[in-house]
Amino acid sequence: MKGKIINRERFLTNVSSKIGGLTPEKSIEKPEWTVNPQHNVLKDFTQDQLVDVLKEQCQHIHTDFFQTTSDRLKDTLNDVLAQYATKSFIYSADERFQTYHLDDFFQSSVNEKRAIMEWDPEDRETSVSFAEKADAGITFSDMTLAESGTIVLFNGKGQGRSVSLLPRDYIAIVPKSTIVPRMTQATQYIHELVKTGKNIASCVNFITGPSNSADIEMNLVVGVHGPIQAAYIIVEDK
Amino acid sequence: MPMHIGEKDFKKRVTKGIQDDFMRGAVRSAQERLQNRRAAAAEELGDWEEWRTLGQQIRSHTVEHLDYYLHQLSEKVAELGGHVFFAETGEEANEYIKQVVQEKNAKKIAKSKSMVTEEISMNEALEGIGCEVIETDLGEYILQIDDHDPPSHIVAPALHKNKEQIRDVFKERLDYLKTEKPEELALFAREKLREEFLTADIGITGCNFAVAESGSFALVTNEGNARMVTALPKTQITVMGMERIVPGWEELDIVVSLLTRAAVGQKLTSYITALTGPKQIDEADGPEEFHLVIVDNGRSKILGTEFQEALHCIRCAACINVCPVYRHVGGHAYGSIYPGPIGAVLSPLLSDYDEYKELPYASSLCGACTEVCPVKIPLHEQLIMHRRKIVEDEKKSTLAERIAMRGFEQIVHSANLYRTATRMAPFLTTPFAKNNVITKGPGPIRNWTDTRDLPRPTKERFRDWFKNREKQGGAV
Repeated sequence: MKGKIINRERFLTNVSSKIGGLTPEKSIEKPEWTVNPQHNVLKDFTQDQLVDVLKEQCQHIHTDFFQTTSDRLKDTLNDVLAQYATKSFIYSADERFQTYHLDDFFQSSVNEKRAIMEWDPEDRETSVSFAEKADAGITFSDMTLAESGTIVLFNGKGQGRSVSLLPRDYIAIVPKSTIVPRMTQATQYIHELVKTGKNIASCVNFITGPSNSADIEMNLVVGVHGPIQAAYIIVEDK
Repeated sequence: MPMHIGEKDFKKRVTKGIQDDFMRGAVRSAQERLQNRRAAAAEELGDWEEWRTLGQQIRSHTVEHLDYYLHQLSEKVAELGGHVFFAETGEEANEYIKQVVQEKNAKKIAKSKSMVTEEISMNEALEGIGCEVIETDLGEYILQIDDHDPPSHIVAPALHKNKEQIRDVFKERLDYLKTEKPEELALFAREKLREEFLTADIGITGCNFAVAESGSFALVTNEGNARMVTALPKTQITVMGMERIVPGWEELDIVVSLLTRAAVGQKLTSYITALTGPKQIDEADGPEEFHLVIVDNGRSKILGTEFQEALHCIRCAACINVCPVYRHVGGHAYGSIYPGPIGAVLSPLLSDYDEYKELPYASSLCGACTEVCPVKIPLHEQLIMHRRKIVEDEKKSTLAERIAMRGFEQIVHSANLYRTATRMAPFLTTPFAKNNVITKGPGPIRNWTDTRDLPRPTKERFRDWFKNREKQGGAV
């Protein structure tokens, strides 16, 4: 259902009158910008070089970095869970957990003592309250930005917003092919969707490490409202 | 909190700031850290000037076509099922927000950091109808707990407080028992606020940048509170200053990249959250209902004037972090929630010269602000334009200053008068001079000599020196 728009005409007529009296409905062409430095960042880097950049950046954003193969992914994940003393975790409803055989791992005996839940888009209450108490939240990355060390999540249906937000720790599984140089490639992708009339996620999250704050004397405190620890596991594509 | 904060009299505010050693120490060290981080991040890019140029082009184009982009934004939001309210004044915005709150029968409101809601006193309006409004940004939370102490910086609002003061506030108000370690203070706030996020009826956010092409808006944060506020409550209200918009996602990339570097020297902050409409039907979390409130509140007065570039501001505070005047007097001395160079440009425009005529003079015109601005706003030039307007158009300088200036004008217009006056100066100042400096000057000179000595005019004037030099055949 279309939402309401209130007071627009009066407001925009006033604005238009100050800047040359255009009619707001008239289409405006964006000019060609004279410079575009964003395209030069990490230009022509190979996928392996981008992994190196990402690894280096993880040190600056207080994020633990792991790299593994698709066969060894479950062992690496188990190591991270053990290192973080994870007793409970929630993961997004994402078919990549099956593709990489992590659903089998979740049901295996090593996880017997862990409370585990898959995000249930049909059941807000249970999902949110489980996530709120969980030690860790696990998601796959939808796009990964090497320059800043950022996981991009197109939050929607199975990719719930709370999974990467409410638990104490956040673990992102990063298929190597999702890594791009920087935010430019992600925003370009979204722009193309918009241009071709496709829907975009109601919430696109660019997540760079654990939450932090410098509000007290500009001292960096890692872990405020969002996760306190973060780990990225880079995995060769399946 | 309204835009104006603290004591009415500018000089009293400045004196209070200068005498506050705690605050000045905190500001000094914060400025240094922020300056270094910004400089390092700019340096690392290698072509920072090109980024600034691009930022400037995007902001100019957007503000020049603001009507078009706001129209497009509102269309897109409504298509997604969100509601858009255009508010010409703060009162109109508050009335609408109150109405939404009352329709939802909401009592508890969790809020993430937003300068525009401070500007329009939204919290007070909602408290007035019996709501509890909880600031969830750590800095804002500290200030709210401390009897609504005003913010002194637009990015780090509690920058004027040191950790011992914060510990004492928590101890006094919230029975906090631990030490002044920032980690312990932050963990305490995490625990206190967690429950509030989960039980809030409505979430209210500001807006760093709206994206016209898709009806989206982005929040640039580090703590995760803005994500909570937009994931958990069932109703969400977002309040934006009308100029906080870019045409599309490709431009969002640039302004966000500039903002995070210029503000805190990060490549990206921990969270950039780009939201588009209410949650979709098959989603579990996110708001079911979404309202966007677009606020003018004096901004359109700036459009089409010589100050239009002030609307290009992306609120990074880089100018504040390098300003030598801010360093000495602190944020509260500006008497506005917008302090520093951008505050001195913007506050008189959003309000008027009666309230803020001193601010354009609270600058050494060194130009450091202009040099660091990521979207190239000529801040110090705008301060000079303000000064010209205040003196020539508005005639708001003091009577004594006007008389003195008229006298000066007459003297320098006549060669004879000028000669006589410069010859008289050393004799006239003799009673006040000691060892060739004036330490306690009369009348208008006092403002100078209150803080430093004034060299006494010498008997040999430049013209005398020049004539002598020529007599001696050019030798010195």
